[in-house]
Amino acid sequence: MTAGNRATASTLNLEKIRSDFPILSQTVNGQSLVYLDNGATSQKPQSVIDAIVDYYTTTNSNVHRGVHTLSQRATDSYEGARTKIQRFINASDDKEIIFTRNTTEGINLVAYSYGRKNIGPGDDIIVSNMEHHSNIVPWQMLCEENGANLLVVPIDDTGSLVMDEYQKMLTPRTKLVSITHVSNALGTIQNAKQIVRMAHDIGSPVLLDGAQAVPHMPVDMQDLDCDFYVFSGHKLFGPTGIGVLYGKAEYLEAMPPFLGGGEMIKSVTFEKTIYNDLPYKFEGGTPDIAGAVGLGAAIDYVTNLGFDQITAHEEELLRYGTELLSCIDGVTIVGTAAHKAGILSFVMDKAHPHDIGTILDEQGIAIRTGHHCAQPVMHRFQIPATARASFAFYNNKEDIDALVKGIDRVIEVFS
Amino acid sequence: MPGLSDLYQEILLEHNSKPHNFKTIDQANHTSEGYNPLCGDQISLALKVVDGVIDDVGFQGVGCAISRASASMMTQSIKGQSLEKANEIFEAFHFMITEPDGDLDLDILGDLETLSGVNEYPTRIKCAILAWHTMKAALTGDEDPISTE
Repeated sequence: MTAGNRATASTLNLEKIRSDFPILSQTVNGQSLVYLDNGATSQKPQSVIDAIVDYYTTTNSNVHRGVHTLSQRATDSYEGARTKIQRFINASDDKEIIFTRNTTEGINLVAYSYGRKNIGPGDDIIVSNMEHHSNIVPWQMLCEENGANLLVVPIDDTGSLVMDEYQKMLTPRTKLVSITHVSNALGTIQNAKQIVRMAHDIGSPVLLDGAQAVPHMPVDMQDLDCDFYVFSGHKLFGPTGIGVLYGKAEYLEAMPPFLGGGEMIKSVTFEKTIYNDLPYKFEGGTPDIAGAVGLGAAIDYVTNLGFDQITAHEEELLRYGTELLSCIDGVTIVGTAAHKAGILSFVMDKAHPHDIGTILDEQGIAIRTGHHCAQPVMHRFQIPATARASFAFYNNKEDIDALVKGIDRVIEVFS
Repeated sequence: MPGLSDLYQEILLEHNSKPHNFKTIDQANHTSEGYNPLCGDQISLALKVVDGVIDDVGFQGVGCAISRASASMMTQSIKGQSLEKANEIFEAFHFMITEPDGDLDLDILGDLETLSGVNEYPTRIKCAILAWHTMKAALTGDEDPISTE
């Protein structure tokens, strides 16, 4: 995963791939769109759009309820998507795949259900200094409620976790480690296996926030051995409104439900309600069936390209972009870890990220500017914000060249 | 649609690189804090008001070129003015930024007209308006920090 040191060259047919994403062929402000905001959300291939249209055109019905044909078809489509996800992340069983709305909901589910039952006064929850707010705030809420402590593993100047400090924080009081797999603001790829192993050594479960990992690299639940893994469909070329919580069955079985309602019960009387089995126990209410179907189609698309190719291509883009940006006077890259996914966060001496964003947008270049919902990262580097270009497999070197040209224009405006 | 040169005019860039009244005020009797949580812009505004006139004003903080220039130009325009006049300038500025096709009161706005290009950039309106809402809060004694969200 290191930028620039992999021998594998990508043989992705970028022209074909780009034609699969209809949104990429438009112009914005009179310029060809250069979409480099994949960390915020990714674009959707036609096959995903078609799957959603097709679902509503031919299949729409409610799941797990009716005896009629459409209901069965909808259930098959929905459960088919679950099985695709199970295979995609190599979970042992499809009942370990819980559909959520997004990463945030997955983390909140664990905080609410696992946290409230298992974490109490004086216990420690460990996060890192590079978390997205969604992996900070739910734990703060829990700590406020039950008197647990939130410990923060520091990061070094490159944006890597300080493992010695992490080791020191792990004690018998540690009840959960919840850490991002890939940093959304810096691009750092964590040594997730080691993080998990160290926590398991002292008996603590681990949640990995995979929102920024799944679009870029294969993730394998058996290999990582984490206890919970969460991600969003929309960053993985699927629709918004659908996400995934993976949990080891032993944990999920023992956890109380999150949302009470239909679907998550076996029987209800006013005296006693018996909860449904996994995964339905955690899927109260009619789910986003079309969203799940769309996510299944996105996984098919990505799987068909293959992560060997995707990773090799994105590493090349990252290497190319890092090299070019490093050569521009007045540009500083924030996040220089040895292992990075396709994210280039940067600041400029003379221009605030917000101004960079506006000037790039004039040239049809979409990047994200701001604190990326990771204000503690900004505080760590003592900057108010960064400009962030984030790549997907459909980006090409021309996109990076356009970015560099755009930055030259920023320098021109602010010279 | 006007281009970048309408937004980033020379005068705005000058105010950004060398902001006026970028200072603390020792004897301030009106202060307020403003935040734009979306982009991390932050401004501390302090005013010294004597007999209904803004005797001195200063700001501190971090922000983009537009928020900085807007704050700098605002302090210039309200310094030495009565509170009534400062309020008139606020209203004229607010109207200019939020009503793209409105008739501008150039007599009141003066150089502030330079910032009129911002109304073509909806994502940047909050940058331009932050200092102004902070000023309003400082003068009305609203103790809560101002947020654009």
